[in-house]
Amino acid sequence: MPKKDRMSGNEAVAYAIKQINPDVMPAFPITPSTEIPQMVSNYIANGEVDTEFIPVESEHSSMSAAIGAEAAGARTLTATSSAGLALMWEELLLAASNRMPLALALVNRTLSGPININCDHTDSMGARDTGWIQIYAENNQEVYDNFIQAYPIAEHKDVHLPIMICQDGFITSHAVENIELMDDDVVKNFVGEYEPEEFLLNPGKPMSVGPYAISAYAMEARKNQEIALENAADVIINVGKKYEKISGRKYGFFEEYRTKDADYIMLIMGSAAGTAKQAVDELREQGKKVGVLKLRVFRPFPAKEIAAALSRCKAVAIMDRCESYNGNGGPLGSEVTAALYRNKVMIDAVNYIYGLAGRDFTVENVFDIFAELDDAVTSGVQVEQYQYIGLRK
Amino acid sequence: MKKSLEIRWHGRGGQGAKTAALLLADVAFKTGAYVQGFPEYGPERMGAPITAYNRISRNEIRVHSNIYTPDLVIVVDETLLHSVDVTAGLKEDGAVIVNTAQSAEEVRLLLHGYKGAVYTVDARQISTEALGKNFPNSPMLAAAVAVSGVMTREIFMKEMRASYSHKFAKKPEVIEGNMKALEMTFDALQDALEEVVVKIA
Repeated sequence: MPKKDRMSGNEAVAYAIKQINPDVMPAFPITPSTEIPQMVSNYIANGEVDTEFIPVESEHSSMSAAIGAEAAGARTLTATSSAGLALMWEELLLAASNRMPLALALVNRTLSGPININCDHTDSMGARDTGWIQIYAENNQEVYDNFIQAYPIAEHKDVHLPIMICQDGFITSHAVENIELMDDDVVKNFVGEYEPEEFLLNPGKPMSVGPYAISAYAMEARKNQEIALENAADVIINVGKKYEKISGRKYGFFEEYRTKDADYIMLIMGSAAGTAKQAVDELREQGKKVGVLKLRVFRPFPAKEIAAALSRCKAVAIMDRCESYNGNGGPLGSEVTAALYRNKVMIDAVNYIYGLAGRDFTVENVFDIFAELDDAVTSGVQVEQYQYIGLRK
Repeated sequence: MKKSLEIRWHGRGGQGAKTAALLLADVAFKTGAYVQGFPEYGPERMGAPITAYNRISRNEIRVHSNIYTPDLVIVVDETLLHSVDVTAGLKEDGAVIVNTAQSAEEVRLLLHGYKGAVYTVDARQISTEALGKNFPNSPMLAAAVAVSGVMTREIFMKEMRASYSHKFAKKPEVIEGNMKALEMTFDALQDALEEVVVKIA
């Protein structure tokens, strides 16, 4: 029987890890993800899991050790945030290109400077082109559910890629909220045992990991890796369908909230999507046709599906919790507008940067944004296509 | 009874305002409510002002922003009254509870003209008597429940015993002192509440 409980997002991830009981967890602490290895260490000390915990001296080493353990044939994970992820940079690419299906519990936090411990998506967006699958969560329930789906996605033979399960630092990682937890055996059966076809600790079938590839072959390796990331799309959908059967909760590339007849849609990721939904409900009561498209899967990027979902609306607000420093927009803004253009969906698209370094994002901010979209469409008001919301004036 | 209750806690790092907010979420959850309890950190250091929040509702809670128009404000450290506008946005039909030895009339002078209900609790005195130490968060948690009426005293005391037994599994000697601090706070507020019963939830 599923159990109704209350816990923080970090507790929810640690609980999912306990239920999965992976083989190896190398980790180095950093705010706001520190609680995850701390709680897993407690589970190990209490004999509740038999995961091998490897204390390391940096995140460069935690990701290196994770790759080593995964290559040896062990189901592996680590957790980090912010500068920790940045220090893993070289290894992130190695994990993906060596096709290591390990999991990373990322608790999103900004990067310096100014130095700050709070949430934005600068860390994971910086790693968006490292070849990892990236899945984002609105709340503790979703990060729990996403983590349970992580290994069935990553370890699928058509994929074999590392996966980053992201949640918003402090906003969900440290917020206690209601949650529904599944039974241990249901989770264990869903995730299953890890049985890699090829691994280093397999004397009957020797292999090498990470050898040099001459230019005559290296490009094909890259293309194969790209195909694997594309393959992840179908696998994510299928795993989501299977997960719905055991949990009753639906998971796809994104959630469409009151978008069917919406004139204006806000496209947003993470915890702020909940705030946007609340605002949408209030605006709907005033007769305004607005909706939210909450993006869950950022890598692989579901470009066609997003374009189709936005094709019936008049304007979209694309919300980035990250600055790209390119003078042209945030990561989501750039990718969503490219998706719209390629699929010939010619609607107004305004890219807003919000919530940097923990700046609060409120229901009122959402009201302001929908009002601005309406001004642009119905009154022809010229709206800045790339702008900040919630900035001190 | 209103459908939802929003609470803002003001304290200083190390005083347990965040812990109190999480404990309140914990006990409210056990009454079947939807809950949120979360901290807002400034610079991470002992003594810096911190804010923590609670949402308690009969409906699912989706908003993930801070609380700007609370129903209830709890001030764990009265020295904050000189530097933080604790009643900013506080609803006029809400209430503020301040940890102080002063009277509500004296404290009101520091509240920027706030017109709603003001309660005071001498959490230092209660904690020192019940626990032998100044841990103001248990009395302030009891005060939040007493003033908001989010649950009955009986249910609260039962759930808090369970929470403390879990939280202090490794130092059970402090459980009775904390329970006593909760009881003393309810008793101390009884007269004031009978005069100004503004049950919020």
